[in-house]
Amino acid sequence: MIRSEILKEIAPILRDQLVVCNIGIPSQELHAIDDQPTNFYMLGTMGLASSIGLGLAIAQPKTVIVIDGDGSVLTNLGTLPTIGNNAPANYILMIIDNGSYGSTGDQPTYTGMKTDLAGMARAAGCDNVVEVQDVDTGAALQAAIDGGTATVMVVKCDSGNAKMPVITMDPVVIRDRFMKSVAG
Amino acid sequence: MNIDKKIADDLVANDISFVTTVPCKQLAGVIEEIDQRDDIFHIPSNKEDEGMGLCAGAWMGGKRPAIIMQNTAIGVTINTLATLIQFYRMPLPMIISYRGELREPVACQVEMAVHTKALLNQLNIPTYHFHWQRDVEELDNILKYTFMCSKPVAILTDANFWGGYGDQ
Repeated sequence: MIRSEILKEIAPILRDQLVVCNIGIPSQELHAIDDQPTNFYMLGTMGLASSIGLGLAIAQPKTVIVIDGDGSVLTNLGTLPTIGNNAPANYILMIIDNGSYGSTGDQPTYTGMKTDLAGMARAAGCDNVVEVQDVDTGAALQAAIDGGTATVMVVKCDSGNAKMPVITMDPVVIRDRFMKSVAG
Repeated sequence: MNIDKKIADDLVANDISFVTTVPCKQLAGVIEEIDQRDDIFHIPSNKEDEGMGLCAGAWMGGKRPAIIMQNTAIGVTINTLATLIQFYRMPLPMIISYRGELREPVACQVEMAVHTKALLNQLNIPTYHFHWQRDVEELDNILKYTFMCSKPVAILTDANFWGGYGDQ
């Protein structure tokens, strides 16, 4: 499966949750598949989805699901120790690990070679790290939501992107409707 | 006047309850003070752009955030300031140790100091420079201004303000 197929499959699970979605094609895919006011789309700033989600999870009690990528986590590796030492129970980081920089032309990342993101997360202090195959994502995500403990999921899938339109929504609108959903 | 206590008091008085820090020797006292406050959640970050991501999330979660960092971080965070904090219009007070200014002992620090105000100016970030201890009296107004206009705002605090680098 490629990322967009996973997103289609888990869209019904994501719909009722606060979701912080990674920059580029992942946000475009989620927006096209099932746009929700509970989705915060990153339009810029590669690498910070996990940090934004962590700040959000600490600040309020609702479950926060971060949809991140292997390339984006690699660009902000300092996030893993911060998560490992601070993540509250309502924090779920789902790293879609397709071993490539999807938004820039599927150039390979190091996670498709020798680098093991799940091992790095564990070494950084994340207690609950689960490695998931693409077809099992929905069940694993639901288990993480129901489990009520901070979770890092590393979802292994194929490289590839669906052709989706660029998000043209005003960033302040994205942020404002998201904040209203958080507070609601 | 205890500057560290005054800064922490002003943060609390302005309902700032989420503070991330990347340390600097000049900031050691204020970081320690913040760490001891029950009404502030202190989360150290490993890099300043990561810290700004944490602050963005905390703000969307209903907490008023602040970041405490060194001016060298302006070189690290320009993209984050432009494409996250400014693009989504979020307030972010940045209390910045302004290394490389008067009474600085380390020459290399001057190399970023000479760019600091120019970069902030280029980004249209309101910038205040605390050089004398009494300048801290403006902090309360600056914090109110930051949340009024929902912008990142820089408060540069140099070695003279802190009583001389390493002398405090």
